[in-house]
Amino acid sequence: MSLKIKALTKSIWVFHLAASPCNNCDIEILDLLTPRYDVERFGIQLVGSVRHADAILVTGSMNRKARQRLKRVIAQAAKPCFVIAIGNCSCSMEMFANSYNQMECLDNVSEVHAYIAGCPPKPEAMIQGVVALIQAQLAALKK
Amino acid sequence: MSIVQGIGYLVIGFLAAAIIGMFAHWFDRKITARVQWRVGPPFFQPVYDLVKLLAKEVIVPEGASRFLFLSAPLFGLAAVSVVSALLIRTVIFPQQTFLGDLIVVIYLLTIPSQAVILGAFASANPLASLGGSREMKLILSYELPFVLAILVPVIKAGETIKLGVILQHQATEGAVIASISGVIAFVISLICMQAKLAKVPFDVPEAETEIMGGAYIEYSGAALGLFKLTQWMMMFVVPFFLMMLFIGAVNWRQSWLNIVWAALIYIGILLFITLVRNTNPRLRIDQIMKFFWAKITPIAIVAVILAFLGL
Repeated sequence: MSLKIKALTKSIWVFHLAASPCNNCDIEILDLLTPRYDVERFGIQLVGSVRHADAILVTGSMNRKARQRLKRVIAQAAKPCFVIAIGNCSCSMEMFANSYNQMECLDNVSEVHAYIAGCPPKPEAMIQGVVALIQAQLAALKK
Repeated sequence: MSIVQGIGYLVIGFLAAAIIGMFAHWFDRKITARVQWRVGPPFFQPVYDLVKLLAKEVIVPEGASRFLFLSAPLFGLAAVSVVSALLIRTVIFPQQTFLGDLIVVIYLLTIPSQAVILGAFASANPLASLGGSREMKLILSYELPFVLAILVPVIKAGETIKLGVILQHQATEGAVIASISGVIAFVISLICMQAKLAKVPFDVPEAETEIMGGAYIEYSGAALGLFKLTQWMMMFVVPFFLMMLFIGAVNWRQSWLNIVWAALIYIGILLFITLVRNTNPRLRIDQIMKFFWAKITPIAIVAVILAFLGL
């Protein structure tokens, strides 16, 4: 395993992208940074600018207005950057699927690398999701 | 000094500052984590961060000045490497310094901040230019008391602007900090250092929670990595410079134990920076200016007068 890839998996800076969520998932994401879970142990850090991000955490079911902005923000990220859908809303639109102001699911707008289901998902589930994503990427590189 | 020697000193200065600066950054994050009752990042975290950033894509935003945007991080890094090389050379050969190297160091230490301003304005982002203008006001605030505080060791060492002479003076006559004016000036310079390193409570230029990283908002990949590295190297260079001026604790010629002693003092200063950073809220830029100009500068002037009186 090259140093470059090892460094990438050991230092994941995440950008929190709230696409019209109900805030439950957002609170659970912030839980990850608190003393109980402390993801800084693994080098995971929350950053303020999407240019610094290695992973974008999308929460919420994404309404018409959020959709355009989400597209722009994801396009602004420096590659390699992964998109992680957090919560049932961003995974599948849940109960908002037939709502008048919702257009389409997140994976129609952008490539999604990991889905973490739950309403809201537990912090443990998010950590497991990120670990699964890292392992999948490493396995893909070995091939 | 030949060109080869000069390049050698630069490489040594860069490597020493980079390695110690990375340690300082890790120390800062680890202590912060412990203060917040967390575990904190692993020891090699700064290395992982740097390597990752160097390997990532660099994006030049639309409407940005390409040359300035990409060269600004290099200016800062170059300046801080030269300072580090100068300081390390002064410690090794105190007799061989040139006249006025103290002034050169003071000037070079402001270049990283100016590089941040240039890069911020070149990136054509409103939040970045806000960060850049705040950085500019921050320099205006702290630079005057910082220079006044540095005048104290200059006066104490017999009105010299040679770093090597100040060091040798302290080796024979005792440290500057062992006097009233020295203590006052050292405390002032520690506060100015906090602002120079843009740490809380003076972190207005990058204020993560209000202007999203401010000056660095548009930077990505290697350019951001170089800016981060410059910041980390400053965490070695500025405390080291103050230690040379006020404590003179790097007299390795007297005994090897002095190096251990210097390392302990350095870690103590780092601990001070980190604890101040963790126990204070961020000040507004107008509060910072009032604090430095109305409170710190008069005290610095008093320290200079005391030094003239020989106290």
